[in-house]
Amino acid sequence: MNPRILPYVLILPVTLFLCLFFLYPFVLVSQQAFSTGSGFTLDNFKDVMSHWKFPISLKNTLYLAAAVVPFQLALALLMATMVSKMKKGRDLVLYVWTIPLGISDLAAGIIWLAIFEQSGFLNSMMSGLGFIDRPMNLLSYQTPALVFLAIALAEIWRATAIMLVILVAGIGLIPKEYYEAAEVFGASPWKRFTRITLPLLRPSLSTALVLRVILAFEVFAVVQALGGTLFPVLMGETYKYQFELLDGGSAAAIALIILLISIAFTLLILRALRVPKGATI
Amino acid sequence: MAVIEIKNVAKRFGDYQALHDINMTIEDQEFMCLLGASGCGKSTLLRIIAGLETATSGEVWIGGRRIDNLSPKDRGISMVFQNYAVFPHLTVFENIGFGLRMQKLPNDEVKRRVERTAELMHIEQLLKRYSGELSGGQRQRVAVARALAMEPDVILMDEPLSNLDALLRMEMRAELKGVLAESKTTAIYVTHDQVEAMSMADRISVMHEGRIAQNATPVEVYRNPAEKFVAGFIGNPPMNFLDAKSAGSGNWTVAGQSFAGPAIDKAAIEFAIRPEDMAPAETGIAATARVVEPLGAHLLVTCDVGGTLFRAVLDSDLVVHPGDILTLAPQADRIRWFDPETTQALS
Repeated sequence: MNPRILPYVLILPVTLFLCLFFLYPFVLVSQQAFSTGSGFTLDNFKDVMSHWKFPISLKNTLYLAAAVVPFQLALALLMATMVSKMKKGRDLVLYVWTIPLGISDLAAGIIWLAIFEQSGFLNSMMSGLGFIDRPMNLLSYQTPALVFLAIALAEIWRATAIMLVILVAGIGLIPKEYYEAAEVFGASPWKRFTRITLPLLRPSLSTALVLRVILAFEVFAVVQALGGTLFPVLMGETYKYQFELLDGGSAAAIALIILLISIAFTLLILRALRVPKGATI
Repeated sequence: MAVIEIKNVAKRFGDYQALHDINMTIEDQEFMCLLGASGCGKSTLLRIIAGLETATSGEVWIGGRRIDNLSPKDRGISMVFQNYAVFPHLTVFENIGFGLRMQKLPNDEVKRRVERTAELMHIEQLLKRYSGELSGGQRQRVAVARALAMEPDVILMDEPLSNLDALLRMEMRAELKGVLAESKTTAIYVTHDQVEAMSMADRISVMHEGRIAQNATPVEVYRNPAEKFVAGFIGNPPMNFLDAKSAGSGNWTVAGQSFAGPAIDKAAIEFAIRPEDMAPAETGIAATARVVEPLGAHLLVTCDVGGTLFRAVLDSDLVVHPGDILTLAPQADRIRWFDPETTQALS
């Protein structure tokens, strides 16, 4: 076969698959978002954005992402560095750390609910140790900071591993000789991390961050389990419009807004972590 | 002044003894080659001097200061790595200036030193490029420039030319030798290539199975190998060996011929001669030619002397055919003798 055509032929099946199951539904959702039954309109967007809960859920989603993602990035970097330095038991530690990856987000939410709820582990432990007289309702409308903290903790516990595995793979690709050279030329362990590991990890960092940030804007089940209506987020609103208010057009509009935010952040991350022209990493 | 003293250095990896009790002194501004086959411990020794590996026992001193307990940056050394280790995310300028930046030197000083060493290595036009845009030879130059920019007391090189093609290697060999002589640094150069070692070094340490087999000038190593291993390792083709039977009072019978040798009380020792130290003559060792290879300048004849492989490098005007019986007379002052039990040279 003509070698110039071959690559296109080889990616044809996956392209067809993507068109059928991603592009086509996307077009349908867009249609739904931009129509109320007759012709093109922005009414759905106007409706959802003028609703009093929209700014709150947008703010909550962004705050949560801003609190969780940088912390996860730092934690994943620390864990990845530790794993990479290990000689024995590396695989075991890696498996244990990635267990949360195998748990669905709703299950993760329920696990943390079991810790924080009124009859949960945390309350029994604190009353058992005598810190409190009777169980407290930790996740109520009176304690928004605690609700936020519980959700953030659950998210960190659940989704740090996805960044970890990408970063561990990335660090594994950096040749040892660069570290030796840096050491001989006087770089301290911290300088080796900032001058060698971080810049050479840029491709993995941007993949991990893009993936994680997109997931952060789609946060739903964990929030639902721990915060319920106390902590509205964008994805929760989409669910409510679609299944409680049976308003598919508005649900599609919010979904597109989430998509837009994700794309904006993806471009931002790719731009911030781009490799200088000419450098090969 | 940077005299390097290596005192009783040994290195063990688990059950494997990589280095046995190495003792060596490298004089100030000397160019020392560690030469040996792969796995002989030469790179391990270099890495111990660099601080990238810790010796199991022993001490390393540089310029009268014990340094084996210091971190690499405090040892006054710099290094050229086998795969260059030119950082791909930094420009050539920042690569050469990496160590200087780590020392927090002021910008203008970094600029001055980077530009000077870049000029020395003829890469001043590449300063803005990245490693990925350079050829292997250019990358090699960047690695050397980075090491020189540190103005170290000692420069360590781990097979720096082994990834270059033959022609470039020859060119870089001469250039490197000149640059290092001018920089007045003490140099330790690890290589498995005997031509590199012979042509560049002031002194060669031939290493074998974690020991130093011989530590001498290139000519000495070539002419008077201290042990049979060195004789067989240095020289291309290597030295020939034949069994010698005692004929009494310092005379030895080799392939039916009598030669004067060491006057020692042994029944059998080994006779050795370099392939180029023989010429066809009336009397001499009878060798049956097996393979004849005309090399232009010389004629390499692989022969058979009583079942032992025997090579001769002869004048290219000679006409030799496989199966011919040559009578080769060794040059008397070039004959060497080895003890087959200890493998040491006899005199």
